[in-house]
Amino acid sequence: MKHARVAYAGAVHDATEHKGHVRLTDGRILKEDAVVWLPPVRAGTLFALGLNYADHAKELAFKPPSEPLVFLKGPQTICGHCGQTRRPSGVKYMHYECELAVVIGKTARRVTKREAYGCVAGYTVANDYAIRDYLENYYRPNLRVKSRDGATPLGPWLVDAADVADPMNLHLRTLVNGKVTQEGSTRDMIFDIPALIEYLSGFMTLQPGDLILTGTPEGLAGVKVGDEVITEIEGIGRLKNTIVGDREFHITKAS
Amino acid sequence: MTARPTSDNAVYGVALNFRAELEHLKPQMRGDPYKKPPIAPILYIKPRNTWTAHGAAISIPADVEHLKMAGTLGVVIGRTACRVPARDALAYVGGYTVVNDVSVPHESYYRPAIRQRCRDGFCAIGDRGVLSKPDQIQIRILINDEMLCSANTRDLVRPVKRLIADVTEFMTLRPGDILLVGEPPDAPLARAGDRVRVEISGLAPLENRVVTEGRRS
Repeated sequence: MKHARVAYAGAVHDATEHKGHVRLTDGRILKEDAVVWLPPVRAGTLFALGLNYADHAKELAFKPPSEPLVFLKGPQTICGHCGQTRRPSGVKYMHYECELAVVIGKTARRVTKREAYGCVAGYTVANDYAIRDYLENYYRPNLRVKSRDGATPLGPWLVDAADVADPMNLHLRTLVNGKVTQEGSTRDMIFDIPALIEYLSGFMTLQPGDLILTGTPEGLAGVKVGDEVITEIEGIGRLKNTIVGDREFHITKAS
Repeated sequence: MTARPTSDNAVYGVALNFRAELEHLKPQMRGDPYKKPPIAPILYIKPRNTWTAHGAAISIPADVEHLKMAGTLGVVIGRTACRVPARDALAYVGGYTVVNDVSVPHESYYRPAIRQRCRDGFCAIGDRGVLSKPDQIQIRILINDEMLCSANTRDLVRPVKRLIADVTEFMTLRPGDILLVGEPPDAPLARAGDRVRVEISGLAPLENRVVTEGRRS
């Protein structure tokens, strides 16, 4: 089943997918554009992976890492499907990153690769935007690049793990204003989902609601104000986001 | 009352925010991998699995001999703070707490130090209290009653209000979020069996024991 959290008619609802529409728990069936989409999970710890696709590591002129390059993001960076993400004025290079997000469903400590899928509740789509202008070589990628307010769209659906036969063989792509700019397959991850769960749970406890954004394949491109960015993963969902400028936020000074 | 946040909150630390720590690394900052000195605060996250309480045991992982005990001041946010100018920043503070920001000692600041900073129980959080002058407070770290480290927040690269301004420029802080002001220079190391106490005048002291992983009593 596919689950969502939406706002509709003055209240927040849990919902499921019903023949391409949104079915609220109370029975109401609505069109996709009739609701406000919230992130499908109340995220706990938000992990993300850098350089986890060999082609992308090459694109950025990095050797593939020998250990997962994990970084964390704050909770305020998440926004829902059909949301907006700010591109500050004066920025030269802001890019999307289409990523498969793994939602943890069970407490996990020292879980082996074999047991790892048993801890997964489901999957959703993430767009792990980065603003490279702010990149510094201290705890890189630093939070100013990766943990900005509303700069991690997530959703639309949380798809139950039972409904995803092989999460390591899904086609991903990004479209900017309708044109495909990024394509790849989750099969090209350097550290696959079981390896990531084994690695993380090897030194810390994962909890239900924790999210692992598993990295992005090659095909990065800059986005500008007004762009409609769709990150899409086969069988998981199609996540839409619009880039907005400082004017929307009444910001007058470049920062 | 404990300052421990809810699951929806975040705890952020700042590396190299005491001048002596920054100075210590400066000679290396022009070379690889840093290339140049930092511009923005060097932030990291202490995720929820690290949060623990006064009196709780802190487990030392089996593969490690010592842990760094960076007792520090935690600024507890009281009002949602988004793009707050430094001059107004203290109005967004709801209180203060003593925190022991524990880590596996590490030299490099190049990649996020998740394995060093984010183990279970690596962020002990004390009671919430009030301070009138957060930029002139003394932090003392004692191990087995011996005072091994003393630092003053007047020596911060970014004092509390500047820190809040620079962080909220791109990340909204929400009520209950905690911002750690920095790791005191020469924060002491502890090993299994040690009793660690962090003191800040005006706030409840924070005490924890270090135990071998797997043994919590």
